[in-house]
Amino acid sequence: MDFLKNLFGGGKDGSGKIAKDRLKLVVAYDRTEMSPQLLDNLRDEIITVLTKYMDIDINKIEIDLDHDDKMVALVANIPVIKIKRGKVDVN
Amino acid sequence: MAARVIVTTSGKGGVGKTTSTANIAAALAKFGKKVVAVDADVGLRNLDVIMGLENRVVYNFIDVIEKTCKMAQALVKDKRVPGLYLLPAAQTRTKDAVNPEQMIGLVEELKPEFDFVLLDCPAGIEGGFKNAAAGADEALVVTTPEIPAVRDADRIIGMLESMGKSPIRLIINRLRPNMVQDGDMLAKDDILDVLSIDLIGVVPEDESVIRSTNNGEPMTMTLDSPAAHAYLNIAERLLGRDVPLMDLESYATRGFFSKLKKFFTGKKK
Repeated sequence: MDFLKNLFGGGKDGSGKIAKDRLKLVVAYDRTEMSPQLLDNLRDEIITVLTKYMDIDINKIEIDLDHDDKMVALVANIPVIKIKRGKVDVN
Repeated sequence: MAARVIVTTSGKGGVGKTTSTANIAAALAKFGKKVVAVDADVGLRNLDVIMGLENRVVYNFIDVIEKTCKMAQALVKDKRVPGLYLLPAAQTRTKDAVNPEQMIGLVEELKPEFDFVLLDCPAGIEGGFKNAAAGADEALVVTTPEIPAVRDADRIIGMLESMGKSPIRLIINRLRPNMVQDGDMLAKDDILDVLSIDLIGVVPEDESVIRSTNNGEPMTMTLDSPAAHAYLNIAERLLGRDVPLMDLESYATRGFFSKLKKFFTGKKK
């Protein structure tokens, strides 16, 4: 049977399987792509939230999406100057 | 009458948006619906040619928007199928000639007169797409079983979702059942797995598509090919009828036997 299959071209692991795997990867990557505009908005909102609780060094903040083969991570490097003690005005 | 407004889109070019729009429009008209196919591809119009109505175009929808003519003057009535109309695009203008608000206004003017308004969207994700999509409530996304087309479809689906279009349904076009069977083409389920939207139909690769474009006659007008059958089924599903997917496997088997025959007769492709 395999002989016949080979004779008529293709087998179970044809290029379709390769296409599916590549497609899944590329779409997964695309879906985590973020426009610089959106990333800026995210940065601004994170700063707004964090400054309620701590003094941070706004000029040294680094926020980015880190891609590798298997996963995407939001990596933020935010230097803290001082935690705000006592009552925090949440509103 | 308040028409359902459906945009046909894909992201990637050349996957069969215009062919799909023309054939679905003709099929819906055959089912007794009053349908207008709007060519929203300003500057690169082709729906007129696919439908075989290019010689009857006088005005276009930009003329309507700019009040150079009345809507009734711009609409081209298809004499072969009752209830089928084309609203052509301007060929000598660019996509900047219209904005989304004007498209919405145009569609609102068409809505009371028709059962279906089908908008044939240009390729891409820029202004032309946004104009065409603006007026629509529902969307049909066309893809072929290839990585670039499915990837672009995913992009477009994301944009359509954020615009609030619903339902958004998928047409898989130009599938070759024998290649899928040999494991050399993305299968229907592979694509649905990645895109996770509802499927409205699978159209097999079919030479009669080229013939029908040559002749300027949508296939669903004559119904003598597998692709015509597939588009007719899509139109029925749009009307809410429960039509099972075509048995594409049988075409694949035919492909296999023709290969077998070729092998024994020693005929090369």
